[in-house]
Amino acid sequence: MLRYTVRRLLQLVFVVLALSLLLFAWLRSLPGGPVSALLGERITPESRARLTAELGLDQPIFVQYFKFLGRAASGDFGVSTGVQPGDSAAAIFVQRFPATLELSVLAIVIAIAVGIPLGYLAARRRGGLLDNLSVVGSLIGVAVPVFFLAFVLKQVFAVELGWFPTTGRQEGGLDATRVTGFFVLDGLITREFDAAWDAVKHLILPAIALSSIPFSVIVRITRASVLDVLDEDFVRTAESKGLTTQVITRRHVLRNSMLPVVTTIGLQTGALLAGAVLTEKVFAFPGIGQALAIGFERRDYPVLLLLILSAAGVFVLVNLAVDLSYAVIDPRIRTGSGGGR
Amino acid sequence: MALLEVRDLSVVFRSRGHQRTGEQPVAAVDGVSFDVAPGQTVGLVGESGCGKSVTAMSIMGLLPKRGNQVTGSARFDGTELLSLSDRQMRDRRGRDLGMVFQDPLSSLNPVVPIGLQVTEVLERHQGTPRKQAAMEAAELLDKVGIPDPRRRLSEYPHQLSGGMRQRALIAIALACRPRLLIADEPTTALDVTIQAQILALLAELVRDTGTALIMITHDLGVVAGLCDEVNVLYAGRVVERAKRHDLFAAPRHPYTHGLLSSIPRLDSPRGERLVPIKGSVADNIPWQNGCAFAPRCPNAIDTCVEVTPEMAVDPLVSRRLLRCHNPVTATQREALT
Ligand SMILES: Nc1ncnc2c1ncn2[C@@H]1O[C@H](COP(=O)(O)OP(=O)(O)OP(=O)(O)O)[C@@H](O)[C@H]1O
Ligand SMILES: [Mg+2]
Repeated sequence: MLRYTVRRLLQLVFVVLALSLLLFAWLRSLPGGPVSALLGERITPESRARLTAELGLDQPIFVQYFKFLGRAASGDFGVSTGVQPGDSAAAIFVQRFPATLELSVLAIVIAIAVGIPLGYLAARRRGGLLDNLSVVGSLIGVAVPVFFLAFVLKQVFAVELGWFPTTGRQEGGLDATRVTGFFVLDGLITREFDAAWDAVKHLILPAIALSSIPFSVIVRITRASVLDVLDEDFVRTAESKGLTTQVITRRHVLRNSMLPVVTTIGLQTGALLAGAVLTEKVFAFPGIGQALAIGFERRDYPVLLLLILSAAGVFVLVNLAVDLSYAVIDPRIRTGSGGGR
Repeated sequence: MALLEVRDLSVVFRSRGHQRTGEQPVAAVDGVSFDVAPGQTVGLVGESGCGKSVTAMSIMGLLPKRGNQVTGSARFDGTELLSLSDRQMRDRRGRDLGMVFQDPLSSLNPVVPIGLQVTEVLERHQGTPRKQAAMEAAELLDKVGIPDPRRRLSEYPHQLSGGMRQRALIAIALACRPRLLIADEPTTALDVTIQAQILALLAELVRDTGTALIMITHDLGVVAGLCDEVNVLYAGRVVERAKRHDLFAAPRHPYTHGLLSSIPRLDSPRGERLVPIKGSVADNIPWQNGCAFAPRCPNAIDTCVEVTPEMAVDPLVSRRLLRCHNPVTATQREALT
């Protein structure tokens, strides 16, 4: 198990390296560039040449790449040219990563906490009203664009009803103490509960919008998987022992239905990052997604590189965790023949 | 007095939307009656699809909640099982009624340790605390012949051999000392040598504990070794009921006779041809228009396709019940051997 984990972590390094090369080449092949973005209308051939040299963009691409790698190894990912010009990309990452993580974790928690029970109940009452509603609902959930849903939620619950704030992560006036950069956590640690609650209120609408796709997918996969397991012989055996429905559900049905669901959750973290770009834009939520959107418009190479690479790293790590959780769920994998893993 | 009295048990499956399509509902079990006395082993024998499992599942209350209609009666120690609520039935299953299934691998939960699969039934019905239940579970595994039972408690089904798994399932079914055990083809998925061991184990356990056993099988060899009384099922109905010795010595229903002639016997002369029953269950005609076995029956006469035969005491052997217009005679049996 340990060897397997180490091997997977080494793989992660290679994945990130390979991705960095691809990204590097791709970003530089985009039309426009940081120089045009920075100078805009005022561009002259001289100012362009000067800034290009200043940013090191006049050198051959592989030289640029190796310089980037060298600096990255010591934690220097360059200076932002567009998102927050002058700030280091690393500082932007440290500032914004916790925001998106808070948002994504809340979104996936909502998706799991509501999606799995709903999928289970739909399967149990197959063909019933709840089942049909969940099938149709999850289809709509996947089909409605996140951007649109975010916009509607904001209009209805923030603008019209005023139940939630419309934008941002926290009211500036609260002057909350920063410890970890996770605002909810900070509020709890420092016992500034009003600050924590305010941060939660800022998270709710974007998290709901962001959870729509993972939620719908989790409902569908759980439902299908539970239906499969309900037909299994061991569920009949459990019934023949006279066990209570509760025990049968928990111990015999749900546990066996979880493998495909867990796999789905891992894959959905990718969709989550894509959704974060749109959601954060609608709610002007200062996270990675928003920085990516701005960084892309302004061709902020250092910020784009660091943020996309870290997003990819998170995705790979989450899926490693998923693979490891298989062994926890299924003893056939844990004690599988050969024991090579 | 009988422990279990099954009377006129019928199970009809309705496919979805049968009213619209005008599709006839299928009677998988069609008026089955039999008794099981305490300590007695009763066989239900017949070929695939004749309704053996459905009979067992309806007694256990394990049929799907929707899509079927169960009528008739199944009285267990005076209580009508078919009219018990889901909760009352749950209280009985695993405690008064145990069941062993055909495929031991798929019948055990792959992600739950064997120990817990045994102890959960003790906890459920006897409120045995975890620790003590684990000890009892080890004893149970030991009793069904699983070596090193303590270590097995924490193992998973895939770590056991097929025979071990079936032993574990038997231990689970017998954990709360049920008064009735239903074994639905418990050896079909095992190799021949293991089959014999499992059958011997079942025989020993029911003898020691006085458990009544319903043995479901399509294998007359199993019947020969285990059952006191045998019910032969065809297309959802019992066609012949006899004591084991009587049945083997002189099968009367042509279907039973066919079943017996189609299995190899150790004591039969070498070179003797096995006689398979011609046709298959697909040739069934419903019992409403005569005997369902008639199209495949070597003894069929005109009456067979006109009048549905009733279950009646065999005119020749009074201990036997028979559903046949033209039973196999001694001369016919001679002619075949
Ligand atoms: N859930 C169900 N829905 C519809 N028909 C069913 C259902 N379960 C069983 N049947 C039908 O009932 C009939 C009897 O099935 P049953 O499983 O009792 O046969 P069996 O005698 O146990 O055969 P086998 O030896 O193959 O186990 C079959 O024709 C089968 O198709
Ligand atoms: Mg069967």
